[in-house]
Amino acid sequence: MHSLRVPSPSEHLDTLARRPSVNAPAGARARGPYSSFVSSARLGRSFAAATDVAPREGEWELVGAGGLPAGLRRDAMPRHVAVIMDGNARWARRRGLPAAAGHEAGVRSLRELIDLCREWGIGVLTVFAFSSENWVRPKAEVQFLMGLFERVIKMELENFMRDGVKICLIGDSLKLPKSLQKVFVDAEEMTKNNSRLQLIVAVSYSGKHDIVQACKTIAHKVKDGHLELEDISEGLIEQELETSCSEYPCPDLLIRTSGELRLSNFMLWQLAYAELFFVPALWPDFGKAEFMEALLSYQQRQRRYGTRVS
Amino acid sequence: MGNESSWSGSQCLSTLNNFFRKYLFRVLSCGAIPTHIAFIMDGNRRFAKKQNMVEGEGHRAGYKSLISMLNYCYELGVKYITVYAFSIENFKRKPEEVQYLMDLMVEKIDELLREGSIVNQYGMRLYFIGNLKLLSEEVRTAAEKAMKATAHNNRTVLLICVAYTSYDEIVHAVQESCEEKMNNIQAENTSKAGRNSTEQNGSCEKMNGVHPHEIQDCHKREVHGTVILGKNEICCNGFSKLEASEKKNGVIKRAVPGFNGEKWNEVQQSMQSQLSKGTIESGEDGETIQEIKPLLSKGTIESGEDGETIQEIKPLINLVDIEKHMYMAVAPDPDIVIRSSGETRLSNFLLWQTGYSPLYSPAALWPEIGLWHLVGVVLHYQRNYSYLQKKRKQS
Repeated sequence: MHSLRVPSPSEHLDTLARRPSVNAPAGARARGPYSSFVSSARLGRSFAAATDVAPREGEWELVGAGGLPAGLRRDAMPRHVAVIMDGNARWARRRGLPAAAGHEAGVRSLRELIDLCREWGIGVLTVFAFSSENWVRPKAEVQFLMGLFERVIKMELENFMRDGVKICLIGDSLKLPKSLQKVFVDAEEMTKNNSRLQLIVAVSYSGKHDIVQACKTIAHKVKDGHLELEDISEGLIEQELETSCSEYPCPDLLIRTSGELRLSNFMLWQLAYAELFFVPALWPDFGKAEFMEALLSYQQRQRRYGTRVS
Repeated sequence: MGNESSWSGSQCLSTLNNFFRKYLFRVLSCGAIPTHIAFIMDGNRRFAKKQNMVEGEGHRAGYKSLISMLNYCYELGVKYITVYAFSIENFKRKPEEVQYLMDLMVEKIDELLREGSIVNQYGMRLYFIGNLKLLSEEVRTAAEKAMKATAHNNRTVLLICVAYTSYDEIVHAVQESCEEKMNNIQAENTSKAGRNSTEQNGSCEKMNGVHPHEIQDCHKREVHGTVILGKNEICCNGFSKLEASEKKNGVIKRAVPGFNGEKWNEVQQSMQSQLSKGTIESGEDGETIQEIKPLLSKGTIESGEDGETIQEIKPLINLVDIEKHMYMAVAPDPDIVIRSSGETRLSNFLLWQTGYSPLYSPAALWPEIGLWHLVGVVLHYQRNYSYLQKKRKQS
């Protein structure tokens, strides 16, 4: 696992970036804290106190070099994991830092997650980096984020090539600065033959807009006589979604950090049967332990797709 | 004597319960009450197994639980309730179970329409949401009868999703939208044909300079060699006598109907300008345009009124059209989604409508769900209300 460093004006961020484990009770079914929301009579959100809990070093040990940690089954690993990386600004606010510091810390978490997905055999990782609704944020923050995306992709390109990571962008790229558009286009081109992990980055993305643009395309095919009305099908819509760039367009597992319990207009179609895992930890605090918990929870769930499993 | 005292004791307890519940709801009403709650009623069979009951009895217990929950919600002031009763995927279950559920549905619909039922108590309007054509005639007739009988009610609304998936709802909405637009276009063309019969004749072949390029004006039978718009293609409406496959600079030619020699040079200059700005790039042969992703990502492009510039074509359908034709267009989006039995997934339920709705997953199986689960969810909703509303407004 290579060491990755973000050049940051505030070097002390490295010391502040801790990823304490979520306190999962021993022996409890790892299902995420909100699955027994009411039965535990615990009302309201419970946040992992980011700086209060020391990281549990060595809690999840690898079984053999490059193997999965104990408890995880290779045959039950999700093929596609999606993540809503929520909580950077809150993380920074709690430390009296500007939002930019939170986003920088978030980049570290993302790097770790990419490495883990690659090592543990997950084929596709989709990250919700910037929503179409995020454009209403303060201009300075938006500009910073655009600059951060550009900087990180340029810096990581070499690592992506070495590690076999293929990068794809989904979202309304027209709204992005021209320089960032070009960086993404170049990165997609350079990494298009990589096959170890596909990293789909959703920037200026809206799940509804994704569906609408697919439907518009289909509507024009109907209008032009290339398709009959009766031929419009679920498969056709799925083919026209932006995630058709992937062999596995539908996530098996969605993780959302920061305790929010909703999808926020992310991959609405694609998440129809995804297992949802809501984590109280803020994104910069999301690390190996939290990812393990999410995967364990996923592997314990019984996915029925509406049928009956006896 | 013993029976009488135990009966009056239980009656007393019930009265106390009702009083306490009314007081509790009054306190809750000081905060925001969700307008619309959606339930995924999961866990009936597991409940039956747990209680050593026959499988079908689990569904009956689930129905009782539904009636209780409806009472609580409507008493609290919730106006819309949506329940996921039967998914299209559920048809894949054992035929006996499917038949049992259909029979139960007919029986319960009949019960709901009787005098003194919860429907009359709360002035409830019933909607059966889904692809009702997939249901047997008996069930479909019962559902339609119930919708008709309650159409005049307006105090509360119960939406029962049966033979439903979000995928099917969206496909249906797209089909309906396309059909509506095609009918509008046909009607428009018919009236235009009446007004401008000489101009309309072979309009797509009349290509000298300025040319009407609204794709919606071109009826299917008049379009020649139209290129389908895909992710990396350009849609053209009408052509000159140039063949679609002919290219000097393939894609560009097709993008500029009304092409003639003089205009080509101007277009080429425009393209060079866009090349230098990075909005388009040339292909490996240095001539053809390999990708015009930024221009295309907005949708179709067309030639402008001057026959030169490339402009955006109005899309055939848009978000408003799709939403209008959704089965769930009769209700606002849910404020809350509750799925029982601890499973945390949507299972193809209201995907379009729940983008901003928090999902709660109490561990209780559906027949075990009760007042305190509802109270806990509503309290959590109230605590985060202003934040949720802010996020909804931004969407």
